[in-house]
Amino acid sequence: MSDGKELKEDYKVEVRNLTKYFGGLHVLNDISFNIKKGEFVCVVGPTGCGKTTFLNLLSRIYMPSKGDLFIDGASADPRKHNLAFVFQEPSSIPWLTVEKNLRFGLELKNLDKKIIDERVEKIITLLGLQQFRNSYPHQLSVSSEQRIIIGRAFAMNPDLLLMDEPYGQMDVKLRFYLEDEVIRLWKEWGSTVLFITHNIEEAVYLAERILIMSNKPTTIKEEVVVDLPRPRDVADPEFIKIRKYVTEQIKWW
Amino acid sequence: MPVDEKRVKLRLENISQSYVVNNKVFDAVSNISLDVYDNEFLVILGPGHCGKSVLLNIIGGLEKPVEGSKYLDGEKLTGSDKRIGMVFQKLALMPWKTVMSNVEFGLQMASVEKTKRREIAQQYIDLVGLKGFEKSYPSQLSGGMKQRVGIARAYTNNPEILLMDEPFGQLDAQTRYAMQEEIQRVWYQQKRTIIFVTNNIEEAVYLGDRIVLLSKCPASVKQIYNIDLPRPRDTIEPKFLAIRKEISDNTDLAL
Repeated sequence: MSDGKELKEDYKVEVRNLTKYFGGLHVLNDISFNIKKGEFVCVVGPTGCGKTTFLNLLSRIYMPSKGDLFIDGASADPRKHNLAFVFQEPSSIPWLTVEKNLRFGLELKNLDKKIIDERVEKIITLLGLQQFRNSYPHQLSVSSEQRIIIGRAFAMNPDLLLMDEPYGQMDVKLRFYLEDEVIRLWKEWGSTVLFITHNIEEAVYLAERILIMSNKPTTIKEEVVVDLPRPRDVADPEFIKIRKYVTEQIKWW
Repeated sequence: MPVDEKRVKLRLENISQSYVVNNKVFDAVSNISLDVYDNEFLVILGPGHCGKSVLLNIIGGLEKPVEGSKYLDGEKLTGSDKRIGMVFQKLALMPWKTVMSNVEFGLQMASVEKTKRREIAQQYIDLVGLKGFEKSYPSQLSGGMKQRVGIARAYTNNPEILLMDEPFGQLDAQTRYAMQEEIQRVWYQQKRTIIFVTNNIEEAVYLGDRIVLLSKCPASVKQIYNIDLPRPRDTIEPKFLAIRKEISDNTDLAL
């Protein structure tokens, strides 16, 4: 038992028997998995498998029909835990400058001004956005706006950072750049990240571990550990092997 | 396509486009000259907001360039032409019309008699795999299916050149793969000259006979690639990845 307890304490997030019905529609079926502190986990699954419902449960927008989500051993509570969320569409606050967008959540949390200054500086420097500090979101490209949202999420020092296809519609060149950037932020910040994507190459490029979801009623079909060195090479035969394997698990087209 | 079969279908000569924004001249397209061959699948690739759609709109006659001219089968064109059809990223389907009514709309406008136009429309509905959905409304269809309606509608007008402006841009990565296979199959069965705009390098290498790589704004032709991999192509095969990387390295980063 003592061994089990020690193991448990390593986990930042524990999802146990998560199940969701909407009326008669059984969307999620008994999903269980754990995420270690500071781990980068990607979730992939066939289109329409319930990824969004899954995220909405993790972020507590919906409550589960059965099962629960635990953070540091306690049932997740948005008032107590820090859950950060990045959507596919950038969600900056249009009437605030880049810097004020970055400060917004931190100020809501009533953090010390010195800490806020420090974190905001660190993010702006990591993103290389010094020259846009006083710009408004509409003056930026969509990709830069999304970078700020992602920076803002990391700056919150979240217990769990949820990302829902943040690079969904970006061109490949840009995607590679942003993926490298998110890895840089993650390493610097040590955040625990759950990243949802349709793009299998992206999942293999980013993840330490990939959770593969099944069709509805959705459950975790398989976990794939990706222990390739970084930066990863999409043309490396080992990389391709994993990409191919994951694709075969979810291919419906 | 064997070289001796290449016949220039569409020729662009020194096309440039500019707009006045806030009293400043903004150049979107800069001096593009290009030959498009008969029945080829030509992909126009470029970073986001580089002027790809502007170029396509000029070819389709939706806007007039500041400079330059275009020729269809050697004949100078101004404005739009029935021989050039278009599929949009934002579908522009009519929500109050069924799949059949949407697809036959162009023929109806051209006063084609009902039995005749139904017959033609049905042929293309079958071709894109929507048999059985003729009476459905757009809201009852998935994203991929709606895009199929758009493709069938464009084909029904029987254009000689089909322009496609990031038709799969709003689909998720997996539905996108399915639609890429689909458009390739349709093109094989009903050869047309296709000019396909995308910002997705993988999609470009999967579909194109040739890829025209544009620079960042103002768009000019950076390089043209002949893709002679056999079809259907395998996106994780080493040669494919090597071409993808070569093009990616040569693409401008538009942050």
